[in-house]
Amino acid sequence: MKLNVNDRQHDLDVDPRTPLLYVLRDELKLNAAKFGCGLGQCGACTVLVDGEPVFSCVTPVSLLAERKVTTLEGLGTAAEPAPIQRAFIEVQAAQCGYCIPGMMMRAHALLQKQPQASDAEIQACLEPHLCRCGTHMRILRAIRLARSLMMAAQAGDRR
Amino acid sequence: MPGRSIARRFAISVGVVCLVLALGIGTFFFAAQAPSMDPIVPPPANSFASDLVQRGATLAAIGNCDVCHTAPGGREFAGGRALPTPFGTVYATNITPDTQSGIGTWSQAAFKRAMRSGVRRDGAYLYPAFPYDHFTLISDEDNAALYAFLMTRAAVRVTPPANELPFPLNMRPVVFGWNLLFLRTGPFRADTAHDETWNRGAYLVEGIGHCGACHTPRNFLTAEKSDRRLSGGESEGWTAYALNDASPAPVRWNAETFEHYLRFGFDQSHGTARGPMAEVANDLHAVPQQDIHAMAVYLAAQIGEAKPPSAKVEQQQAGQNRGKTSAANSADSQAAVSRAGGAPSSDEGAIIYLGACAGCHEGPRAMPFGGIDLALSSGVAGPTPTNLFNVVLYGLPAAEAVRVPVMPGFAAVMTDSQLVALARYLRAHFTDKEPWQDVEQSLRAARRSAQAAIVRSAPSVRLNPPGTAQRPQNEAQR
Repeated sequence: MKLNVNDRQHDLDVDPRTPLLYVLRDELKLNAAKFGCGLGQCGACTVLVDGEPVFSCVTPVSLLAERKVTTLEGLGTAAEPAPIQRAFIEVQAAQCGYCIPGMMMRAHALLQKQPQASDAEIQACLEPHLCRCGTHMRILRAIRLARSLMMAAQAGDRR
Repeated sequence: MPGRSIARRFAISVGVVCLVLALGIGTFFFAAQAPSMDPIVPPPANSFASDLVQRGATLAAIGNCDVCHTAPGGREFAGGRALPTPFGTVYATNITPDTQSGIGTWSQAAFKRAMRSGVRRDGAYLYPAFPYDHFTLISDEDNAALYAFLMTRAAVRVTPPANELPFPLNMRPVVFGWNLLFLRTGPFRADTAHDETWNRGAYLVEGIGHCGACHTPRNFLTAEKSDRRLSGGESEGWTAYALNDASPAPVRWNAETFEHYLRFGFDQSHGTARGPMAEVANDLHAVPQQDIHAMAVYLAAQIGEAKPPSAKVEQQQAGQNRGKTSAANSADSQAAVSRAGGAPSSDEGAIIYLGACAGCHEGPRAMPFGGIDLALSSGVAGPTPTNLFNVVLYGLPAAEAVRVPVMPGFAAVMTDSQLVALARYLRAHFTDKEPWQDVEQSLRAARRSAQAAIVRSAPSVRLNPPGTAQRPQNEAQR
């Protein structure tokens, strides 16, 4: 079957029942999305499908034939990081790092839709995500920084 | 001349008839207003005996007053919640003891009249969106307790929005006609053919509990069909299943399962309360056990004798142990697919079920935190796929500071045709029932009612099944 991930078409020979998470990691070696629970209850596997955050561990690839999947690897690179990635690096908002890609994808989706999301809206949107290390406050700080970076970039574009 | 006098007599007759009609209609509207009752100075809170207030709190919990009379994000009992009806939107009133925007100036007699007959202190008729057709059964003593409870709440000065109803429904006197047709005033009369527990249950279920307000079908004038009580109805985009012989539950309810469900918000063989029922179960949690028991006994009597479970249920119940005893004893999507083995089915719905649902719904985690075996689900066995779509689209949300079952929603990732394929597969695979009609239509309605479905599911069910170690910290504050 065909799967579009990070703007590349892949031809895959996988059981269509297989959840996206295992295809991303085992077939495509895109390891940002993590297995935390396999039940859609921790957020570590979160990626975007047509810009919307979904739990890839409960999304069989059969659903994704005509859709566009975006993972953290697709947002930017070490050389050219996306604003959300720059912000998390600057704030050093990771301890073990396991929950972070999921948090970043959901935050990125929110800021794309609502560039001026309030602090409360940012916090509320992260409700499906768990962090065991307790790095919540840094994550929120990083997302607020990403918000400023994205707004500054937009203002720059308009000049 | 003869022609002219006939014409004149005819004109006079028509004139007299018109005058009589006008007087009649005028009298009708004039009469369709009860007497106003004098406003009072609100009694001080400490003038009410504390056990009376406590009794009122219990009744208010059974009656779910806080759910309708509190706006999302608003102050408790201060009204403002929109109640959609087929004719327009009615806004719940402020029932705090505020003297200007609430019921602070209502005497106990005025309060009792409102509950018994649906009349406001100033004599205007209340719309039957307020289920006084049930509350009319409440006894004088219990009305006194409810009055004591409400008058000792915090007064909040906020006026709810005006109702949005078209002419002539925005003229309250029309309710006089509705009451003539449909209201049978109480109070409750015990049925001597049944014992005390049954009667207590009947009093609570039919009265303050107003279960029939959701669980009974309504006629075109939005009155409950009195010959089809508890045959099933709807509430804000959710199906309220039949609680009588027409119940679609694959395993028939009985007094024990009803009692467990009402107290804890779930039952092993039926699932978790969601939608508007989650809020009901939430409130019932703090109600004394003997009241819940009585309601369960009465409801079990309505639902009738247990029928033998369907072949599908027996099959599934045997297979249910598979997840618990297999070597791959984990509950997650990876284990579900590897457990399934074999080649994928050609049925799109089967593929989706295995990849998205089976990890929880066939896993070994016990109810309520594990997903229910779908052979037991009323959502799949019910008359329409409405509730199934609501749950699949929007999931069961987490609740703050309380352990609750959580399910992700799939609205973002499943297209309409994929959801329809999944629904049809679940119906065919897990039940022996006829395929659903108008599946696409149910799905469109479920997508549209997004806001209602999401808002209603939160706060979710508070669960303290016996044997679980934790009790939520905020339990003591209730």
